[in-house]
Amino acid sequence: MQNLLVAENVSKHYGTYTALNRFSLAIPKQSIFGILGPNGAGKTTFIRIVNQITMPDSGKVFLNGEALAPKHIGQIGYLPEERGLYKSMKVGEQILYLAQLKGLSKQEAKSKINYWFERLEIGDWWNKKIQELSKGMAQKIQFIVTVLHAPKLLIFDEPFSGFDPVSANLIKEEILKLRDNGATILFSTHRMESVEELCDYMALIHKSNKLIDGKVNEIKKEFKTNTFQVAIAPKNQKELEQLLQQHFEVLPANFLSINHDYRFNVRLQARQSANELLAFLLNHGELNHFVEVIPSVNDIFIDKVTQYA
Amino acid sequence: MRNLKLIVIREYLARVRNKTFVIMTFLSPLFMVAMVLLIAYLTSLNNTEEKVVAIHDKAEIFETAFQSDASVTYLDYSHLELGVAIDSVAKKEFNGLLFIPQNENPQYLAKNIQFFSEEAPSASLLSEINKKLSKQLTQKKLQASGVDLQKYDSAKTEVSLQIETFSGQKTSKMASYIKMFFGGAAGYLLMMFIIIYGNMVMRSVIEEKTNRIVEIIISSVKPMQLMLGKILGTSFAGITQFLIWIIFGGILLYSVSGFFDISPQSMQGMSSADLQSQTTQMQSILLDIVNLPLLSISLNFLVYFILGYFLYSSIYAAIGAAVDSETDTQQFMFPILIPLMLGIYVGFFSVIENPNGLVAVIFSYIPLTSPVVMLMRIPFGVAWWEVALSLAILIATVIFTIFLAAKIYRTGILMYGKKPSYKELFKWLRH
Repeated sequence: MQNLLVAENVSKHYGTYTALNRFSLAIPKQSIFGILGPNGAGKTTFIRIVNQITMPDSGKVFLNGEALAPKHIGQIGYLPEERGLYKSMKVGEQILYLAQLKGLSKQEAKSKINYWFERLEIGDWWNKKIQELSKGMAQKIQFIVTVLHAPKLLIFDEPFSGFDPVSANLIKEEILKLRDNGATILFSTHRMESVEELCDYMALIHKSNKLIDGKVNEIKKEFKTNTFQVAIAPKNQKELEQLLQQHFEVLPANFLSINHDYRFNVRLQARQSANELLAFLLNHGELNHFVEVIPSVNDIFIDKVTQYA
Repeated sequence: MRNLKLIVIREYLARVRNKTFVIMTFLSPLFMVAMVLLIAYLTSLNNTEEKVVAIHDKAEIFETAFQSDASVTYLDYSHLELGVAIDSVAKKEFNGLLFIPQNENPQYLAKNIQFFSEEAPSASLLSEINKKLSKQLTQKKLQASGVDLQKYDSAKTEVSLQIETFSGQKTSKMASYIKMFFGGAAGYLLMMFIIIYGNMVMRSVIEEKTNRIVEIIISSVKPMQLMLGKILGTSFAGITQFLIWIIFGGILLYSVSGFFDISPQSMQGMSSADLQSQTTQMQSILLDIVNLPLLSISLNFLVYFILGYFLYSSIYAAIGAAVDSETDTQQFMFPILIPLMLGIYVGFFSVIENPNGLVAVIFSYIPLTSPVVMLMRIPFGVAWWEVALSLAILIATVIFTIFLAAKIYRTGILMYGKKPSYKELFKWLRH
């Protein structure tokens, strides 16, 4: 079994409003899968269906090849977008309670709490109340609650919103470690740049429909335009400009460079290779910067959404 | 089941560890006793105030009727002109002036005696004066028709009715007042319990919603389980409080009856005549309390409390789920309070007047009012099948209501940022 989570034609309606429309998805094991979309696209609806908080109107969801059922609750860890804890309950009791609800025994839960307390360097918080903790501290507790029962599937809904930069970075590292230790991670966000850094796979949702999904670098390959950024200190700028116009498609450049170089973008035709361009440039000056332009997820998203409209 | 148990335990501990709960449990009985003592003290203070009434009685018909005593001093102002007498009474700040016209006809006097005073006189003073006047006038009429007053007095007979149930239990008029008191107190206490504990459930639902923890919990358990666990856990806290009060009350009753040397055993075998001659009023009240079916009242209180509480707290839970903050709950509170208030009013007016009357019986079957009304009826004796029927209706309603409330709860806890109307709640019910 290659995929941990598979959704087939999942639809969900609220009255006349369609929250998800025949949505299909396959999340490979031990990968980080990002669901992207603007607010209201249907991300949270899908996540709630996977968590069995709401039931789909039609379609099926499989976890590890089995139709999703209440017995799978213990294999899923969920950090919702709207999150919080009991303010006046002690930290230790609170984690213990939530872990037991996930099916752990008291003993198991206790030893795991101690493990995570050590790992995140929070020694003596057991008897503190959430209302006595800072926001960053509370977020660490929230993270522990999500991962404590060592779930196979971890779901993070907008994991970095509301986290301060230090905690966000810590969480990011922990997420990568969890993936390396065998967990599969699904996370949903409308912040495209976090996908670039973390995700192996992604899917774009817009207005309850899936626009595109697949491996992040394959999608990027598909969307790349063979464009290269160049910064050069030319021997003779006029001559170079003329020659470039004759042989290549030159576009205005808007990237930053620390030198006062001549900067431009070149889009190669199918018959041209990057080596050709490089050889040409080397003949005409001192080359300081040569990079292929890879489309950002944000570019792809905007491109797709405008196409869809 | 395991999850339900976990939730119940958490909710129970969250309630019981709350400071307000501890304070309410241990201080409110003391507070109640202190209140009763204070009221008794203030009332006695009010009554010991000495009153002075001037009497203007030129014909001297009532000369013998008004004798000064500890509470009222009567002064004879007959020698003054009426106007002067009124001025003088007003100046000396007496409680009033009784003016009796010069007329021999009792029929005329009965309608024309006047009482002047600065402020409206107290009811007890008026009834005292009234009694004296009417006694005197009655005697006058009797004499006029040739009745010998001494023979008349000796012919007067006091009746002391011996009230006994079919099963042979002796009761007294005092006992039925005590039943009224116990029934009323139980009904009222139940209403307070339902409101207090229902509100606790509601607040805890709102708390989970505003803390945003609810989504984490319902990714592990079903919303229905969470709601039931909350209601059960809170009800155990209520029962804990009730049991603590019962133990307090028991100790209090035991020590007070020990003080007056009263126990049900020591009174058995005595005839009622013995009782009346030998026991003081306080003792007879205590005896009546001890003879009440206290155990049955307590048990019924527990059963009706649990069911009534389930009924109302599931509604409270649904309301808590539907709103975002406690201030938004106002519009939904009214329909909850109406049946409870109705139960109390029916109880205090109808049940006490006639515990087995039609209105009392009907309201002790209607599930929204039956916990309160039936509890008030029970001290007066209710057939077992009536209780059983009322309980059966109540249980069926409880199940149905929890089912409906769970539907609203399920949808409501995930809705943020809008205050639903009744129309929307109805839509959630059909989801």
